[in-house]
Amino acid sequence: MFEAILLTVITASTPLVVAALGELVAERSGVLNLGVEGMMIMGAVFAFAATRYTGSPYIGILAGIAGGALFSLLFGFLTLTLVANQVATGLALTILGLGLSGQIGESFVGQPGIKLQPISIPLLSEIPFFGKVLFNQDLIFYLSVALIVGIHWFLFRSRTGLKLRAIGDNHGSAHALGIHVVRMRYLAVMFGGACAGLAGAQLSLVYTPQWVENMSAGRGWIALALVVFASWRPRRVLAGGYLFGAVTIGQLHAQAFGIGVPTQLLSALPYAATIVVLIIISHNRRTTLINTPASLGKPFVPDR
Amino acid sequence: MTVSEGPAAVPLLSVRGLTKLFGNFAACDAIELDVAAGEIHALLGENGAGKSTLVKMLFGVLEPTAGQILWNGAPVTIRSPGEARRLGIGMVFQHFSLFEALTVAENIALSLDPRISLSKISDEAASLSKAYGLPLDPKAHVADLSVGERQRIEIVRALLQNPSLIILDEPTSVLTPQEADRLFETLFKLKAEGRSVLYISHRLEEVRRICDRATVLRHGKVRGACDPKQETPASLARMMVGSDVAEVHRDETAKLGDVQIEMDSLSVAARTPFAVSLKNISMKVRAGEILAIAGVAGNGQGELFDVLSGEYPVADDNAIRLRGRPVGRLGINGRRLLGAGFVPEERHGHAAVAAMPLSDNLLLARSQSDKRAFLTGGGMSIIRQDAVRSATRRICEAMDVRKSGEDPQAGSLSGGNLQKFIVGRELDRQPAVLVVNQPTWGVDAGAASHIRQALIDLAKAGSAVVVISQDLDEIFEVATSIAVISEGRLSKSYPAGELTLERIGLMMGGIHESHSIPETAHAH
Repeated sequence: MFEAILLTVITASTPLVVAALGELVAERSGVLNLGVEGMMIMGAVFAFAATRYTGSPYIGILAGIAGGALFSLLFGFLTLTLVANQVATGLALTILGLGLSGQIGESFVGQPGIKLQPISIPLLSEIPFFGKVLFNQDLIFYLSVALIVGIHWFLFRSRTGLKLRAIGDNHGSAHALGIHVVRMRYLAVMFGGACAGLAGAQLSLVYTPQWVENMSAGRGWIALALVVFASWRPRRVLAGGYLFGAVTIGQLHAQAFGIGVPTQLLSALPYAATIVVLIIISHNRRTTLINTPASLGKPFVPDR
Repeated sequence: MTVSEGPAAVPLLSVRGLTKLFGNFAACDAIELDVAAGEIHALLGENGAGKSTLVKMLFGVLEPTAGQILWNGAPVTIRSPGEARRLGIGMVFQHFSLFEALTVAENIALSLDPRISLSKISDEAASLSKAYGLPLDPKAHVADLSVGERQRIEIVRALLQNPSLIILDEPTSVLTPQEADRLFETLFKLKAEGRSVLYISHRLEEVRRICDRATVLRHGKVRGACDPKQETPASLARMMVGSDVAEVHRDETAKLGDVQIEMDSLSVAARTPFAVSLKNISMKVRAGEILAIAGVAGNGQGELFDVLSGEYPVADDNAIRLRGRPVGRLGINGRRLLGAGFVPEERHGHAAVAAMPLSDNLLLARSQSDKRAFLTGGGMSIIRQDAVRSATRRICEAMDVRKSGEDPQAGSLSGGNLQKFIVGRELDRQPAVLVVNQPTWGVDAGAASHIRQALIDLAKAGSAVVVISQDLDEIFEVATSIAVISEGRLSKSYPAGELTLERIGLMMGGIHESHSIPETAHAH
C-alpha cells in the first residue's frame, strides 16, 4: 500500500521537477517564461503523436523535447530578438499552446496510447522496497534525477554556468564583459522549453498514456511556483517537487478515504505553500539578493 | 628608462580620427590620442565631453563610426571587450561592472580564460591583491563589500590579465585621500613595470600629481594635449571648460543665527543587511551655517539623510528637531511644510523620475509643501499647469539648466543639468533648512561650481544647510563647519578652518578605532 502510494507520488512529481528545472535555468539567465504550461502541453501532444505513428515511446520522448524546445523558440524570438514584454509573451504562449495542442490532438482523443515501460536497473532494483520504488522506474524519472545533479553542477561548478548566472544578475555588465547575453538566453530558454516538453511527454506517456485536451492541468503553473519555492536552487526543486507531488496524490487519497477536507483546499496547497515560502525568503534579504536573478524579466537591448 | 622617452618610439596606443556618431550627434569627433608605453596618460574633460564614449570604443564596447585604432603601430579593430583584453587592454569602469550575487573570485573568473580553475583564480587574486596593496577576500560576495573594495576587484581583475594598458575611469571618486594615495602607489608600480595607464578624471589636482601627459576633451573634440605638471589647475580647467570656471565666493564673516537642525544622540538600527546602522548621532546646525559631512560612501550617509529628511521617520519624536519643533515621527512632507528642503543622492529614480518631464518632477516634490501655488479646486487637487510650468521655467533660468525643448523628460538631461534642476527645485522655495546628499556627484566643474555657489548664497540668506559629500574639495569650498561620518558614527563638528585634508582623511578612515584622534581634537 505505502509502496504503491510512493510510486504514484513519484509519477506525479516527476513532471513538476523536470519542468521546474528547465524554468529554473531560464530564470537564472534572467528570462521569465510564464509559458511553461503551454510548452508542456505542446510536448505532451508531440510525444503522444510521435509514439502513435512510430510505435516507440522513446521517439515520443524526443518529439516531446523537440516540441517544447521549438515552441520556446517562438517565445525566445519575441522576447529576446524583438524585446517584447516577457510576462505578456509568456501568458500568450500558454494560451496558444493550450489551444494549438487541442487542435493538433483532436483526432487522438479517446485513442489508446503506448505506455513508456519501466527500466529495472540490475542488482539495484532487487533491493527490498527502495529497489522497486527507485530503480524500477521509467527513463524520464532517471533523467529527472540526472538533471538535478547535472544542473547543479552546471550552474555552480562550470564556467558556462557562472556566465549564465552573471547574465541573470546583471546583463549590462555581462555584455560589457563580452558575454553573448542574447545567445545564452536563447539557449537557456530552449533548454527550459525542452524540459517542459519532456515533462509533457511524461504526462502523455507515463502518467496517463493517452491524449486528453488540457491534460497538463495547471502543472506548468505549479512548476513556475516551484522555481520560486526553491529560491532558484536546483536541489530544492527536488524537495519542493516531491512535496507538491505528494500533496496532489494525498488529496486524491484523502478523497478516497472520505476525509472531510474540501478538495479545492487541498489542491490550493502547493500555491499556499509557495506564498509561505515567499514570505519566509523575503525576510532574509541577503539570501534573496544572492539567489534571485536580479535582471529577471528585464528586457535587454545591447547598446552597440 | 623605457623606450617611450624617445620621440621616435612607436606609441603603445594611437587613435587616429576616431569618431562615434549617435544619430547626428558626434559624441566623439575625430579624436587623436597617443599613449606611450610606461606612461600615465590623463584623459581630462567634463561630463559629456566624450571620455566614456572614447574608452568604450577602445575597449570594444562601442563600435566606432569612423577612424582608426593603432596598437603598437599596427591598425586593429576591437570588436568586443574580449578582443581588447587579448590585445592587452584592461579596463576599470566608473560604474562597476560587477555581479553582486557572485563572489569576488567568480567575478574575476568571468573575464579570464575559462580553462583556469576557480581555486587557482582565488589564489592568484589573493596574492596579486597583496602584491599591489589591495587587500581582498576572494570568497566574499560582492553584495557585502564596500565601494572601495569593489573597485579593488575591478583593478585586480584587470591586472590578472597582465595588460599593457589599463584604463581607469574616475577611480578616485569613491576613495578616501589615503585610499587614493594607495591607488596612486599601485599605479606607479604599474608604470615602473612598463605598463601604461589611461587615467580618466576631472580632478585636476590628482592629474597634475600623477600623470605624465594629459589630453583634454571638450564637446567630443580634442582641445589640446599638455604636460599637466607644467599647468596650473586653473589653466587645466580652462582647457576643459573652454572658459574660466567661476570661483566659488564665500563671505567669511557670516553671522550665525538660531539652531535650526538638532539631532540628539540618535541611534537607528540597519534596515537591511547591507545598510549601516546609525550610532549615537548628534548635531546642531545654526541659521547661516553650512555643515558639511565628509565620509567615504557607504558609511551611513544615505541612512543619515533618510532620517533627516523623514523618508524613514524614527520612533523618538524629540530625537530630531527642525526649527525647534520635534519632527522625529514626521514624514517628508510634514518636514517640508515646516520649511525644510531635501535633495537625495540618486538623481535618477530617487530625486527625479527619469521618464517624466521636469514640470511633473517639480510637482511630485512640491505638491504638498506648495499646495497653494500648484494645486487648485480644494479637495479635488487639480493641477495648475501654468503655475507648475512657470515655476519650472523660473528654476531652469535661476540654475542655468541647459535642456532641449521647453519641458523635456528628466532623463534626457545630462547629469549636471538634472542635478542643477533638482537642487534648484528646493532652492526655489528658499527653505530655512536644506539637506543635500552628494550635491555634485558626477557633475561637471561648471555645474558643480554653480550648485555650490547657490548653497552658499542660501546659507548667507539665513538658512541652515547640511551638505553630505564625499568630495573633500567641495567640502572645503562650501563648509563653515565640518563633521565626518564613519561606520554610522558622526564626529563632532569642527570649524572648517581648523581641519586639514589629512586630518579629515584619518577621521574618514575610522575615528572609532583610535580615540586619540578626536581626543587631541578637543584640545583646540
